[in-house]
Order: sequence, then C-alpha cells, then structure tokens
Amino acid sequence: MCPTLNNIPVGCNALVKKINASGIKKRRLLDLGLVPGTKVEAVGRSPLGDPTAYNIRGAVIALRNEEASMVQVSKLGN
Amino acid sequence: MNSDNSMSSLLKEAQGIIGPQQGQMRDRIVNSIYQTAESIAASTVSTSGKVDWDRKIDKIITSKIWGFPIMLALLTVVLWITITGANVPSSLLAEGLFWIEAKLTDFFMAVNASEWLHGFLVLGVYRGLAWVVSVMLPPMAIFFPLFTLLEDLGYLPRVAFNLDRFFKGAGAHGKQALTMSMGFGCNAAGVIACRIIESPRERLIATLTNAFVPCNGRFPTLIALATIFISGSVAVTFKSAAATLTVAGLVVVGIAITLLVSFLLTKTLLRGIPSSFTLELPPYRKPQVGQVLIRSVLDRTIFVLARAMIIAAPAGGIVWILANTMIGDTSILALVAGWLDPFARHMGLDGFILMAFICGLPANEIVFPILIMSYVSGGAMMELDSLKALRQLLVEQHGWTWLTALCTTLFVLCHWPCGTTLFTIQREQKSWYWMFMAALIPTLVGIVLCIAVNYLVRGLGLV
Amino acid sequence: MGLTYQSTGTAAFREEAFNFSADDKQPVIALAGNPNTGKSTLFNLLTGLRQHTGNWPGKTVLQSKGSFIHQGIKYTVVDLPGTYSLLANSIEEQVARDFICFAKPDVTVVVVDATCLERNLNFVLQVMEITNKVVVCVNLIDEARRKKIQVHTDKLRKMLGVPVASTAANIGEGIPKLLDLVSKVVFDKLKPKPVQIKYDKEIEEAVSKLEPKVIEALGSELNSRWVALRLLEGDTTLIQSLENYYGKQHLQTLQEVLA
Repeated sequence: MCPTLNNIPVGCNALVKKINASGIKKRRLLDLGLVPGTKVEAVGRSPLGDPTAYNIRGAVIALRNEEASMVQVSKLGN
Repeated sequence: MNSDNSMSSLLKEAQGIIGPQQGQMRDRIVNSIYQTAESIAASTVSTSGKVDWDRKIDKIITSKIWGFPIMLALLTVVLWITITGANVPSSLLAEGLFWIEAKLTDFFMAVNASEWLHGFLVLGVYRGLAWVVSVMLPPMAIFFPLFTLLEDLGYLPRVAFNLDRFFKGAGAHGKQALTMSMGFGCNAAGVIACRIIESPRERLIATLTNAFVPCNGRFPTLIALATIFISGSVAVTFKSAAATLTVAGLVVVGIAITLLVSFLLTKTLLRGIPSSFTLELPPYRKPQVGQVLIRSVLDRTIFVLARAMIIAAPAGGIVWILANTMIGDTSILALVAGWLDPFARHMGLDGFILMAFICGLPANEIVFPILIMSYVSGGAMMELDSLKALRQLLVEQHGWTWLTALCTTLFVLCHWPCGTTLFTIQREQKSWYWMFMAALIPTLVGIVLCIAVNYLVRGLGLV
Repeated sequence: MGLTYQSTGTAAFREEAFNFSADDKQPVIALAGNPNTGKSTLFNLLTGLRQHTGNWPGKTVLQSKGSFIHQGIKYTVVDLPGTYSLLANSIEEQVARDFICFAKPDVTVVVVDATCLERNLNFVLQVMEITNKVVVCVNLIDEARRKKIQVHTDKLRKMLGVPVASTAANIGEGIPKLLDLVSKVVFDKLKPKPVQIKYDKEIEEAVSKLEPKVIEALGSELNSRWVALRLLEGDTTLIQSLENYYGKQHLQTLQEVLA
C-alpha cells in the first residue's frame, strides 16, 4: 500500500508516483507540476489541519486533503 | 481546402494511431514538458546559500497557535489606525465644510434667493455632500492604503489558507476568503473577484454572500455608530479602542454569517459537494509603499468618493424636498417614515432609519447622511459639526438607545447590497433571479437578526 | 476549410473575435505567464495605466488592454490571465491559449519569475509550441538577487532559442532592453527559433504520421505540430475554440466525432 501525499508529515519530502484520478481533476494536478518523479515537500498545514501547503517545483501550493489523497507517492524522509 | 471530412477523419486517425492509450497521452506529454523544463532550469540557474524567509514567516503566520490571533490582531490594528486616524481629520473637515455652509447661507440671503432654492441647494444637496465627504473621506483614505499594503505583501492568500477548513465545512470554495477580502474594499469588486472560483455553484455562493462583508461605503457608518454609542460610556482614552473592538467584532460576525449562509445554501438552493481546491501561496513581496499610497488614495478612494458624491448630491436634494413638501401638516418624508415605523420598531429601528436604508439603495455611503438629513430637516436646525452633536441629535431628539444603535449596525452589516453591486451580480451571473436572491438573502438575515436581538434585549430587560 | 480568418486578415479577425477597436492596426504584444510573476506590474509600467496589482493568484481574470509608444511606433499590449499551463484546464487557461493561438499577437512576452524558473519554463515551453514569436522576460531579478539566485540569461537564450531579457518591472530595471527585443521580433529583425520538446518515440511517430494531414486540412494557420499533439490527446476544448473563432458548420462533424 503506497502512501498518498496527504500522509506526508510536514517537513518531509516525497516522490510522486502516480495520480489516482481521471479527467479534469487529474489534468489540474498535472498542471501544478505533480507529474511522476517530481519531488514534493510538505511545508505547512493550516491551523485547522487542512489544507496543507506543498512545495511543488518551487511554488508553494495549498491542496485540500481530498486532492492530496489522489497523489500516490513514495516517502523520501527529510 | 476541404474540410469537414478530412478533419473528422483526422481525429479518427489520431485515435487510431494512438489507440486505447489516448487517455495516457496527457500524462506523457506533460511529463516530457516538465522534464525539459527541469533540465533547462538545472543548467541555467545557480543558487547559493539561501535563507528561506518566506518559509519562516509562513511557519508563524499559518501556525496552529499564532495563525488566528495574528489575523485578528491585523484586522484590529488596521481598524484601530483607521478609527483613531480618522477622528481628527473628520471633525476638521466637518467644521470646515459646515463653515462653508454658513457662508453659502449668508450668500443666498444676501442675493435674496427664495427659501426654497436655499433649502434645496444648501440644506439638501450641499449638506448631503458635506456629510459624505467628512464622514467617508478620512477613514477611506486610511483604510484603503493599509489594506492595499497587506494585499501587495501577499497576506491575503495566507488568510484563505487559514480559513479554508471553515469554507470547506460550509461546502464553499476556499478562494471565497479572497473574494470576501476584496469585498472590504467594495462589494462590487468582491463580486467580480468571484470569477476566480471555477465551480459555478461555489462562485454563486461567494457572490450571494459577499454583501455580509462590510464594504468601504458601510465602514464609516459602522465606525461612526460605534464611536458614538459603544464608546460613549467609556473614558476618553479607551474610546477608539472600544470602537475598534466593536467594528472588528462586527467583521467577525459578518464572516460567521457568511459561513452560516453558505452552509445553508449548500444544503438547500445550491446543493453540492466542494469542488477541487488549489491555492498558490505566492512569495512575500516588498510592497512599493509610495505607489500603494498614491494608487489607493488617488484611484480607489477618489473613485469611491466620487461615486458616493454623484449619488449623494441628488439624493440630498430629493430628501430635502420630501422633508419639506407638506401634505396636510406632515411632510411626505414623515408620512412614509410613519408608515414604515411599526415594522421598523419590531426590528429595534424607527421609520426614518428604515427609510434611510431604502433611499440608500443606490449607494450605502448615503444611508447615514440621509438619516441625519431627514432627522434634521423636519426639526430644529443644528450645526452637526462633531460626533458629539450627532449623539445629541440621535439620543436626545430621536430617542436612540444603544439597542437602536446595535440594531442599526446589524442592519448595516446585513441588508441588500448597493445598486452597483446588484447590477454587477446581474451582469456576472446573467440572471435576474440570482440578483434578486442576492438582495433578498442578506435582507432576510438582517430582519431576522434585528428582530431577534431587539426582542431578546428587551425581554431580558436590558434597555 | 473556409476560415473567416483567412479571408479577412489578422486585424479584422482580432477585431471581430477579441473586440479590438477598428483603428488598432498596430503591433499587438501579449503578456503571458504564471500567476504572480509581475505581468500586471509590467503592463502598468509599459502603458502608464494603473490597473491595480495585488499579490494574490487570479487577480487578472480577463485580459486587459493598453498601449504605449516605443521609438515612434504605437504598440497594443494585452495582459493575459496568469496560468500554470496552456492546456485549457480552466477558463483562464483557455482565454490565454485562445489569445495566443487565434489572435496571433505579433509577440508573446512570457513573463517568468526568476526565483522559480523551473516551474515557469514549463509554461514557456508550451507557448513556444504554439508560436515562434516569443520573447522571454525573466522578471523579479531583484527578488532573485535578494534570495541569491542567479539566472544565466545567455545560456537560457541559447537553450530556448528565443530572446531573453531580465527585468525588475517594479523598479523599471531592464525595460529598454526588453522593448528593444520586442520591436526586433515584431519587425522580423530577430527570428526566434524555439527549441522543440522531444516526446517519447511513440508520440513522435504518431505526430509525424498525423502532422502532414493537419497541414493538409488547416493550412499553415496554426502550428501543425501543436494541433497534432492536441488531436492525439483528444483535446475537446481546442475543437470548441476552433468552432468559436472559425465558424460553426465546419466543425460540427469534429464535435460529433469527439463526443
């Protein structure tokens, strides 16, 4: 069972493996630069626990849990 | 060059060539583009030992402990600077403008102008303008630049980030926090900003609830009322502080109502689940302070003020005519106010207040000036050159209590948006129905809220 | 196919489809790029207009238009909404793509953020697939300096095959050089040769099969390689836009096939 982006603790990195979505939802995530092989870092969580901000290819982008859970990743540690 | 057949066959051909893998094409294409970008960037960019300040700032600004306190603190500080800073120039302006009024009156007397002409032009048109300028200009000239500074710094997306969980819970879009923020400047601008929300359902929710954010046309009224009443009882030193906290509290109430109404809309008229949400938190930028000042004062302030004046001038004249045209021994104004009075009393208001709101449909800025004019033009003349005089007019001559002020304040926060905003909603949504709903929803909320507060306070015997 | 565009010429088409006023026969410059790269700041600087610039994504939703005079020639500038890509996944992306693709600006200036080049290059590469007339404006170099990030513009120019200027639009740095490059590209004194993205073998083979047929059908109006790629991934929005801008009947069949 592969972890998804929303399980990555703040401060940790992960490698994108696959996007578990289709159609426009997938395209939007791809557009943000979440293509397989991309290194992503979870940089911060909103005070209420959701959404989470990720550093994706140099830009900090906030994703809600629902979106982040579509992104399959492998953990890289700190 | 033909045409239809060859193009459709082209598409078929494309499908044929790529086969069942067509669904994968976008991934592979995007992947290649990003890889190319990556390799070019790798050989053209060099970095040396960077300290990521943005990250450090964000850690605090969006932290569990400090996120919300900082938001509240910034709101309060901005309002405090606005209120404290506006006090002196406001009364100076009022003094100056009413001094000119006296000179105008002298002039009209000197040339033997008719009573009617003097009343219409000086007591109606000019006084309306003088009120709008002296009440609105100073707070706007302070609030707009401060707000623009925060906007240019890049703080607003962080607000959206912090508040998103609430909006998600209400079935709304996280960017609604951004459109709401724009509403502080002007609700019409807030409605236009709703374009950034993709999902039509969520865009509509953001549009319909934008009026719950007090725009700049309403801020001065809130500030004036808070300064007169809420702080009336406390020592001078704490006056601005008390007024500030009151207005900040009202903003929070407005946000709470926004969330509640969004939630109710999601459960009733606009059912649905939240669409996808992504929000970039852009790097902080050093605002160009000089430009911000020039732009926000010259462009925004003058623009909003000019609009208010254009509407206030004729409105002032008309109100004067209504107040001085007698049917029997009551003026038309008093007649209409008397007719509205029973209902207004349930809401903790009086007929004149409700009428001022109705007359203020073209622009919220003129609600308070109209109210004062209609109070004044019927009765004794007085120099309204300070908030003290205003307090006297409201409390001693028209029997206002703090409850009247509270209910008026709540109705300022929750009633139909101004004409410009409604027009903008119609244009953006291309629907008369939703424009009507955008007026109806906040009005209903306001009426219910005022009645509830009025009866609750009276029931508890607090007034 | 009998396209309106071909029969009436670029200026008239722009006027009809994008609401350009009639006397606008001047060169058109489009400002495109990711959100928050300073397009609106650059736009204001060039045109002297004071469109408000805020620091939040999505500020410019619809394009705004202005003009300026450089060396005696009047240019029209269009500020396009900031997007991450041109693959038409949102209204903004579609607005930006359609403008570059169908209104055919004489130059598309891609404004990129020097502090975050990689992400921005993704967008540059996509623009370069649609049009050759590209100038890259590496903006916010003052921010980059502050963050100790260095962008080697010469190398970037060579690798991309298009002119590159570095600017700090908020303080007016580098603007003369940018305008110089823009005017050279407008008047064909400088001919950018954008580098092409190499896709995997299978895609490249498919493109080479399809491209000649695209040329046959559409002529040289649009970049045939780019259209072929969109056809291969079954992009319905492009078909919709073709319909909007080039007339309905011709494309009904296309729609049916895709439905």
